[in-house]
Amino acid sequence: MNLHVPTMAEMKAKGENPEILFWVGCSGSFDDRAKKITKAVVKILNSCKVSFAVLGTEESCSGDPAKRAGNEFTYQMQAMMNIEVLNGYEVKKIVTACPHCFNTLKNEYPELGGNYEVVHHTQLIQDLINTGKLILENSESFKGKKITFHDPCYLGRANDVYEAPRQLIEKLDAELVEMKRCKSKGLCCGAGGAQMFKEAEKGNKEINIERTEDAVESAAEIIATGCPFCNTMMTDGIKNAEKEGQIKVLDVAELIANAAEL
Amino acid sequence: MSILFFVLIALLGLGFFSLNIWKIRYNINLGKPEERSGDVGKRLKTMILVAFGQQKMFSRPIPALLHLCLYVAFVITQVELFEIFADGLTGEHRMFLNGLGGFYTFAISFIEILSVAAFFATVMFLARRNLLKLPRLNMKEMIGWPTKDANLILIFELILLVCIFTMNGADEVLLNRGASHAAMESGNSFGFSVSSFLGPLFFDGISTGNLHIVERIGWWGHLFMVLGFLNYLPYSKHFHILLAFPNTYYSNLEKKGKFNNMASVTKEVKLMMDPTADPYAVDPNAAPPSRFGAKDVTDLSWKNLMDAYTCTECGRCTSSCPANITGKLLSPRKIMMDTRDRLVELGESKRKNGIDHEDGKSLLGDYITEEELWACTSCNACVDECPVNIDPLTIIIDLRRFLVMEESKIPNELTGMLTNIENNGAPWQFSQNDRLNWANEE
Ligand code: SF4
Ligand code: SF4
Repeated sequence: MNLHVPTMAEMKAKGENPEILFWVGCSGSFDDRAKKITKAVVKILNSCKVSFAVLGTEESCSGDPAKRAGNEFTYQMQAMMNIEVLNGYEVKKIVTACPHCFNTLKNEYPELGGNYEVVHHTQLIQDLINTGKLILENSESFKGKKITFHDPCYLGRANDVYEAPRQLIEKLDAELVEMKRCKSKGLCCGAGGAQMFKEAEKGNKEINIERTEDAVESAAEIIATGCPFCNTMMTDGIKNAEKEGQIKVLDVAELIANAAEL
Repeated sequence: MSILFFVLIALLGLGFFSLNIWKIRYNINLGKPEERSGDVGKRLKTMILVAFGQQKMFSRPIPALLHLCLYVAFVITQVELFEIFADGLTGEHRMFLNGLGGFYTFAISFIEILSVAAFFATVMFLARRNLLKLPRLNMKEMIGWPTKDANLILIFELILLVCIFTMNGADEVLLNRGASHAAMESGNSFGFSVSSFLGPLFFDGISTGNLHIVERIGWWGHLFMVLGFLNYLPYSKHFHILLAFPNTYYSNLEKKGKFNNMASVTKEVKLMMDPTADPYAVDPNAAPPSRFGAKDVTDLSWKNLMDAYTCTECGRCTSSCPANITGKLLSPRKIMMDTRDRLVELGESKRKNGIDHEDGKSLLGDYITEEELWACTSCNACVDECPVNIDPLTIIIDLRRFLVMEESKIPNELTGMLTNIENNGAPWQFSQNDRLNWANEE
């Protein structure tokens, strides 16, 4: 299937205004693994004929890693530039597959003049299914498979979204298994707070290895994620545990796109 | 004579306590302003659920139940304390007995049953700390005073409970011998649920004269322990029994992921982006900050400082911290303990030498190291876990902000990440023009 990815600029030139802006994020734009997640999201949006567009080359880092690293200047510069662009296009609603962008756009942009309805892609997909726009007809792809969901800190604890991704997994006819630390007690993958971009401080273990052990213990065949950073961390953890053969790491959007045969 | 002595002791105890409360208020007010008013309904609800109802304790049921025994016993026992004060001031004995009749027996019996539960819980707590050596209660930052503090409180509690039973038990035996000072027909028993059994068991062999002394030892002991305890609180992690209430009332009601926008930075960024902007247009009331981020406790908000005084040193935060679990130096509990220790030190020196006095030390550096700060993943596990809604994360981030924005002390890789964001709008070195390439790649 060919991807249809309109940009805001193109839409505007045609005098159109899409309902939703898909905020791709830096990972989703540049990281090879995360790009696959981005495409899965687009496939779902395309198949449901959702009126959406991306910013494309006008998009820039949300500023989250700068803010968490303590550089409020860089963060606010980024935020204000982005807000100028978003407000210029009169954006009302934003969907993103990155919980870090989600959190920053939703909670931290309003005070700087950026007021949007921001949803995580799992919430949007749930909505598409609930309103009958996306139908997973007797999908067999994941039937009976054991799937566990790793809560991203910036989706779960930071924003209290625990149910949307889980309900999607249940829609797959799969068996949702929980790790011993889950939901509000879920363990971080180790990437947040700008850790993704630096070596870990001295310790006796990597955080993603500790977290992968939880997943292995849950006996899941698939670790579902909802964040490109978590995805990288868990994939590395599984490699480290030499379990690539048995356990796959996939974003919830990929699971859904796969089940809907998109 | 004994009334006079009672009044003197009570005044001394309460006076010294008030002085300490004043000092703590003074210290907390050294913090920066932060808006935590409004939403009264929501705040009260949070306080009732989290502090009064101990909601968050119950994710760990065993300590939660033990703690509940102590907590309920502690609250209810204060009823008996009322009588001790009433008796102490009037020179009467069991003043409420006549007025309350059967209810009096019920109330004291209830207190006694709770006290037995509290006794059991206290012993269990001592065992968990000292025999089972629970890792959470025996980490690095607990060595020395914090461990002594914890054990001391538990021993205080045991002595207090023994005093209650000594007082009531001795009185039971005295009443039985027709010698109690209580206004009750003699030859009877008060019918207290526990001491009517314990009394005869322990005190039967003691002469009536000596028993009167034993009863008084229990009574005065109770008073002394309570006043001593009260005055010990301000120096101890046990202060949480008072501060848990205001601290949860003033909880952060926003989503945990939301970090504050620094208004001082907003002003400068707006100027940078729009040179024609009026430099005073952003917020005319905001005085320029002395510094960006926090170096010392006085750069933190009053709520951060109240958090520090409220910390129970339970270590729930640290035991759920991904950095700490994997052997990093960071411990959110230590962040809170350091903040309190530093605040006590700085407050003391400011009261001695004047409010503008600087002692040349600071929270960052003398107490908390860079290595600790850079281990945090900002995952909010510590915030979620804390039974009294303390937030170690904002302190960590504010200290980071100072390191980065004032001192340019930042791990190398992060400098690269920041430069990339500034140059090409992504944390990696990819051109912004390539941002949509994914759409055309196979
Ligand atoms: S936010 Fe930081 S200090 Fe708190 S638990 Fe997570 S890593 Fe530890
Ligand atoms: S901050 Fe909260 S969880 Fe951590 S030790 Fe203090 S009271 Fe316990």
